Amino acid sequence: MSRGSEMTRRQFIKTGAMIGGGLVLACHLPFGRRDSEAASEEVFAPNAFLRIGRDNSVTVIVNKSEMGQGVYTSLPMLVAEELCCDWKKVKFRPSPVAPEYNHAQFGPIMVTGGSSSVRSEWERLSLAGAAAREMLVTAAAQAWQVDPSLCRAENGIVISPSGARLSFGALADKAALLPVPKQPKLKSAKKNLLGTPAKRLDSPAKVNGSAIFGIDVHEPGMLTAVIARPPVFGGKVAHFNADTAKAHPGVRAVVAVEAGIAVAADDFWQALKGRDLLEITWDEGKWAGISTPLMHEQYAHLATTTGLIARKDGDAPTVLAKSHERVEAVFTVPYLAHATMEPLNCFVDLKSDSCLIRTGSQFQTVDRAAAARITGLKPEQITFETTFLGGGFGRRACTGSDFVSEAVQVAKAVGQPIKVIRTREDDMRAGYYRPMWYDRVEACLDKKGYPLAWHHRIVGQSIIAGTPFESAMVKEGIDNTSVEGASDTPYDIPNLQIELHSPANGVPVLWWRSVGHSHTAFVMESLLDDLAHKAGKDPYQYRRTLLAKHPRNLKVLQTAAEKSGWGKPLPKGRGRGIAVHESFGSFVAQVAEVSLDKKGGIKVHRVVCAVDCGRIVNPDTIKAQMESGIIFGLSAALYGAITLQNGRVEQGNYDSYPLVRMAAAPKIEVHIVASNEAPGGVGEPGVPPIAPAVANALFALSGTRVRTLPMTPEAIKTAMKK
Amino acid sequence: MMITLRVNGTKLQADVGMDTPLLWVLRDHLRLTGTKFGCGAGLCGACTVLIDGKPHRSCITPVKDVQGKSITTIEGIPENHPLIQAWLAEEVSQCGYCQPGQIISAVALLAQTPKPNDTDIDRAMTGNLCRCGTYGRIRRAIHVASANKTSKRGKQP
Repeated sequence: MSRGSEMTRRQFIKTGAMIGGGLVLACHLPFGRRDSEAASEEVFAPNAFLRIGRDNSVTVIVNKSEMGQGVYTSLPMLVAEELCCDWKKVKFRPSPVAPEYNHAQFGPIMVTGGSSSVRSEWERLSLAGAAAREMLVTAAAQAWQVDPSLCRAENGIVISPSGARLSFGALADKAALLPVPKQPKLKSAKKNLLGTPAKRLDSPAKVNGSAIFGIDVHEPGMLTAVIARPPVFGGKVAHFNADTAKAHPGVRAVVAVEAGIAVAADDFWQALKGRDLLEITWDEGKWAGISTPLMHEQYAHLATTTGLIARKDGDAPTVLAKSHERVEAVFTVPYLAHATMEPLNCFVDLKSDSCLIRTGSQFQTVDRAAAARITGLKPEQITFETTFLGGGFGRRACTGSDFVSEAVQVAKAVGQPIKVIRTREDDMRAGYYRPMWYDRVEACLDKKGYPLAWHHRIVGQSIIAGTPFESAMVKEGIDNTSVEGASDTPYDIPNLQIELHSPANGVPVLWWRSVGHSHTAFVMESLLDDLAHKAGKDPYQYRRTLLAKHPRNLKVLQTAAEKSGWGKPLPKGRGRGIAVHESFGSFVAQVAEVSLDKKGGIKVHRVVCAVDCGRIVNPDTIKAQMESGIIFGLSAALYGAITLQNGRVEQGNYDSYPLVRMAAAPKIEVHIVASNEAPGGVGEPGVPPIAPAVANALFALSGTRVRTLPMTPEAIKTAMKK
Repeated sequence: MMITLRVNGTKLQADVGMDTPLLWVLRDHLRLTGTKFGCGAGLCGACTVLIDGKPHRSCITPVKDVQGKSITTIEGIPENHPLIQAWLAEEVSQCGYCQPGQIISAVALLAQTPKPNDTDIDRAMTGNLCRCGTYGRIRRAIHVASANKTSKRGKQP
């Protein structure tokens, strides 16, 4: 078993008492194999995030969910840097749900999202490491009877002025008796670990099949359930007959829950076969008639009417009314599924006075609260354990706690430990999509060819309205996640008006990797490109002029342009496009190089990406996240669309909802711009620029402007006719 | 019905319906959960296993078709396999969910084509989706493993 792969051991810590007021209280240890190993030796627990064992092991307890973004490595690196331990001895352990592990900035919730893990935990984890280091140094100094300020910690060892050495493990018992410093001092600016491409601690378990995802959870006496769901959003069961389903071998129970009819069986396949045998009549409800073409018409109409003002500089409508050369542009992007490789699932073991939930969640306290409402238990009676997540992208931070709630309901109705699994089709058709957006912009240029006025109406569902977060996140009717990336554009436009319409309909919507930026960057960066061409200027230089007061945007733009060979000739049949966008505290510019294949489809050959995410932890993780964001964004730019007809989602699996595959993946170069600014996010900021970079490259290549995603051969053909 | 399967060199028994896909026999009965469920339709490759050395989508392979055949899952790939080592060296994994299937497809590729070019890799790996977009690193890891295999004569499972 490799180090760091604790999640393979059903270790899930049962922390009852945590550490407070400088007192080391009882620390319940993970069960499983660790008990016989070093866990019982984890004697030094200076705070909620760190355990040091007599065997010199350093275990960092991570309060963020690992969904690919590398938090099980980057957060331990923050602790280890200040602790001055031996990185080779560092392990990770997912935290339980407890107030100590709530988000450091987002209020009293445990959540992984908003590309915030490193940014929000930097200070707290650095201090956790520094406090432990000071205690270890003090313990050693006391043993040697020397002044602690003359001793130093290095690579897991405290060294005295005379060169005597004591390991952290040897000091752990003594250190545990010392008071926890209230204001530990951070090391000097010189970093040993931060900024180095330390290997991911979770990699070994992920290449040998031992990493446990939610779908892999197994407990004695457990049944596996699948749920027959209504064909339309908001549909309900009118009546059903489960006689044949119940007779199917292995089927143990058929129960009605809010989400539909659940079939629980000894294994997944039996449950699925049982589900096929259900006879259900659905009451389809009020959303049975919705279709995306009809919504599109409704949105188009709304975009001709005044919306709520999200930003107003100068007087764009008046300036535009006087202009003779207005540019009018409409952009549309579809609903998108997160399509995590691991379909949604959740394990629940419900007892009369307790409940165990084990799943891959980004939203532990919210999901636990939902479970408490369903079970009537107090949240503290519910143990919520986080497994590895087979992709998150926002889907596993569900404002409606859908996949957890349904599993709790099934467990309650069946009375046995249950793992509910969604098939791919269940997963793709059950909603919580990136909203469909319709953007209408009118713009005009000044005499020098730069934007004088920009009047932009955004139409699409709010992902926050109607959720518990509405009061905190929707201000005067404006859901900032609908307009972010447009309302806060850094471009210098004297007359700028951004308006918002937030129509409601029955389609559940949610944050999807990069959230509002996933559509606003496409609009802003595509139209900027158009305006540059209209002004007869180079799109790169045009942006430089407009971003003159924004050095970080400028620097990434310049880096991407230089590294991509911007301005140098390309082989025949290739085009180059550029885009730059700020999101989640980071700045990213991308240059895409494209051609058109025989079928009229876009082939992206190369993407050069420059990122400034402030001070960095692990450069390889940053590169990996940029690569990941580009491929994720490219799937949306080229293929992704969830559409509805008669209330029914028309896609169900990867044949109708394609993703970028190996052969379509471009060569990607990532350049990290050195920066001493506050740390920014990396999980999401790589996504927004790729769609406009590709659209701009297509324009450079063909003179065709595509303002509709995905950029399918049909969409390109339609745009060519215009 | 009790069936006997040869998985990773060991004979194992499971009591399942004959139409049960191999995937669910591996996962739910033999508790070999490294092989993943992604689509149930042979579209994503997360469930890829070797059957007599050839890659197959276990989610659409009825267990009755593999009795007496040799099945290799990710758990049967030795830790020192050049591909496992290359996957670690290149830091391929992100969420990690698709990687067992990716590695199994790559094992089959190298068995067939020890020195694959990029076109060979495209062809062999196109059935394996990765939502985290690790394709560039997968490609690099296959090239690295191929070079190491040739020089060190790494053992084939």
